[in-house]
Amino acid sequence: MIKRALLGIVIGCGLSVAQAEEPKVGGVVNAVIQPEPPGLMLAMVQNGPTQMVSGNIFEGLLRYSPKLEPLPGLAASWTISPDAKVYTFKLKPGVTWHDGKPFTSADVLFSIEMLKQTHARARNNLVMVEKVEAPDDLTVVFTLKEPFGPFIGIFEVGSLPMVPKHLYEGTDYKTNPNNNAPIGTGPFMFKEWQKGSFIRMVKNPNYHEKGKPYLDEVYWQIIPDAAARSVAFETGKVDVLPGGSIENFDVPRVSKLPGACVTGAGWEFFSPLSWMWLNLRNPILANKKVRQAIMYAIDRDFAKDVIWNGLGKVATGPSASTIKFYTDDVPKYPYDPAKAKALLKEAGYKGEKIRMLPLAYGETWQRWGEAVKQNLQDVGMTIETIATDVPGGNQKIMEWDYDIAFTYLYQYGDPALGVSRNYLTSAIAKGQLFNNVEGYSNPEVDKLFAEGATAPTDAKRKEAYDKVQKILVEDVPVAWLLELQFPTITKCKVKNLITTGVGVNDGFRDAWLDK
Amino acid sequence: MLSFIAQRVAKGVIVLLAIIVLNFFLIRLAPGDPAVVMAGEAGASDQMFVAQLREKFGLDRPLPEQLLIYVKGIATLDLGFSFRQQAPVSRLIAERLPATLLLTLSAFAISLALGVLFGALAARFAGTFLDTAITVLALVFYATPLFWIALIAILLFSVWVDWLPSFGYETVGAGYTGLRHALDVGAHLVMPAATLGLFFMATYTRMTRASMLEVKRLDFVKTARAKGLRDGVILQRHVLRNALLPVVTLAGVHAGTLVGGAVLTETVFAWPGIGRLMYDALIQRDYNLLLGVFVVSSAMVLIFNLVTDLVYRLVDPRIEYAS
Repeated sequence: MIKRALLGIVIGCGLSVAQAEEPKVGGVVNAVIQPEPPGLMLAMVQNGPTQMVSGNIFEGLLRYSPKLEPLPGLAASWTISPDAKVYTFKLKPGVTWHDGKPFTSADVLFSIEMLKQTHARARNNLVMVEKVEAPDDLTVVFTLKEPFGPFIGIFEVGSLPMVPKHLYEGTDYKTNPNNNAPIGTGPFMFKEWQKGSFIRMVKNPNYHEKGKPYLDEVYWQIIPDAAARSVAFETGKVDVLPGGSIENFDVPRVSKLPGACVTGAGWEFFSPLSWMWLNLRNPILANKKVRQAIMYAIDRDFAKDVIWNGLGKVATGPSASTIKFYTDDVPKYPYDPAKAKALLKEAGYKGEKIRMLPLAYGETWQRWGEAVKQNLQDVGMTIETIATDVPGGNQKIMEWDYDIAFTYLYQYGDPALGVSRNYLTSAIAKGQLFNNVEGYSNPEVDKLFAEGATAPTDAKRKEAYDKVQKILVEDVPVAWLLELQFPTITKCKVKNLITTGVGVNDGFRDAWLDK
Repeated sequence: MLSFIAQRVAKGVIVLLAIIVLNFFLIRLAPGDPAVVMAGEAGASDQMFVAQLREKFGLDRPLPEQLLIYVKGIATLDLGFSFRQQAPVSRLIAERLPATLLLTLSAFAISLALGVLFGALAARFAGTFLDTAITVLALVFYATPLFWIALIAILLFSVWVDWLPSFGYETVGAGYTGLRHALDVGAHLVMPAATLGLFFMATYTRMTRASMLEVKRLDFVKTARAKGLRDGVILQRHVLRNALLPVVTLAGVHAGTLVGGAVLTETVFAWPGIGRLMYDALIQRDYNLLLGVFVVSSAMVLIFNLVTDLVYRLVDPRIEYAS
């Protein structure tokens, strides 16, 4: 077995390459947050807006480059044992919480235990951990039950935020007063939250990366209407529109405004991939030929070019092209209505009604639902659209009360973290979301995903994932649509905002204002 | 009169209780509960997570028990706890209520004052160009969707001429105090209040005009004219006052619904009020918060109706209160 030892500091130097200009200190940046987060305590609330704001207040042990290589965070360096079962983290010395108390390995141990209770994704990510120890104040050792390839990828701030032990130990987590004024180690400190208006954060003067952050303050403006958010940017009242802040059809116009800069970077870790759940419990959809026909029937290039205004990429299978172990060496499904019709005929489909559940996320998704419905009707399928809102739709999906349902999910950088959950037999569980709600079960796929997760080397992992991607694309357990792209639009004077694969959610520590 | 008020308050409490019970069950009829929403937003869910959330929200208890707990809370003015926002519902509503009251009462005052004024002018100059202009404008404002007016106003006054701020309650981070702060809030208030008020203004204009024209034909107006009173005096003292009753009735109904009606305005202008809070609570199935907003807005409707009844007496002394 090859000994692997990663020294994060070396990789961390790569960050500074992006900073061609000398950063200027000071200034206030106004960013949009949508919708208003329900809370800012990242260990208790894990929705998108909370992660975006709180990624400035809290930190994880590691950060991740756009290529998803680990970078130092609260951990300065780390080593992995030759048997790939022991991960030793050396914490950065001199790090303090916003209230001045030191950050130590005891906080890490406490955070792990707390997150196992409050953070579903963290709990799943930590399932392979046998024990966590703290031999001294600045060392944390994770011992795994068996090698788990993606383990080094679970330490991002939203996935495993560090929590101050001295403020949470022995308290009722959900009513802890610090939930309303969170204390972290991050580059910005929580200052004020006027509900319905704005969240204000101020510079952490004792931040452990000397000289950072450059900005004095960050305001997160709460503007509920998408058109009003565009206007706020247009009139200079906000400087940053994180991905998804404005309606998709408005992106090209706003991007071309004077002084506007656009980037698609910063989504590599999340890599949102859209697909349609196909309920395999429906005897029609249980037929592989029908599922393949659906893939051929959908004009995904049209969806990308027209509905998503050219943003995104046609998905080739269960993995987005930006995450580890992706391969495009899989069967292809170009738009081919004739082939779709032939397959449906072979399958003996006679126009039975199929219920389709679009995603109630606004205009773009509504139009997409209509386009797909038309695609499927064109090849002779009978589609009935079910109108619902987001909670109603989620309820139907988790109770398996649907035939076809739109979704998009984050992939979290590694197939073992964000892909396998949707195809493993063990992930079929009624009453839950984001698992194997389609009901696909293939022992070969289960075996390969297990091999991919626990293989000791990346080469072995790749071998397993190459095979499983081929099998899945051939089987079409769900109908993959697009790798979505949510560009971040900023005023060009805001420099160096996105430096990692976690994007805006990784905080504004590197951002500066060219005044 | 006091016994009349007492009776109305007692009836109001019964109505409020009925509203609470009805809404309690209606809200729960919608598919999806807070646990589903939060599991959805967290991007991860397992049995433990959903079960934890259900227990946290008290959703694992029988419905009648949940209702009993809620009603008991209301009796002690406790509107419950919003687990999603992690704060007491009464505090959340109290934080937002002033902004909504400022917006809706401004809109209400503007619409009522201008509506009655324009309606009276149109009636006074019935059949002239002024009457036609007012009537047509009123029709346009009455028929145009509120969100469209709001967006056009933003385009016109914020984007093109840059006179007024497009969103929010105040200039964030400006740190204004005293008169400067009041002026700043006022500048932010102009567009939302005008937008919200336009529809109601149009209604009052049409109602006042129609009502005045009807009253103008009645015998007592002829008598007044025969007595030699001037036109202005007749209109002001006799016609307008008598014509106001239907307007007051309508205003009473509107005043109560202004809280709900402000949802759109608050959304487009990012006004941090209760309407938006209600919308978010609905989308997020935040039962306690939604019910809390319903309780407060229902109470407001009841109060405004009572006030309307009392104002009748002021407008028309012939009306007496049966005890």
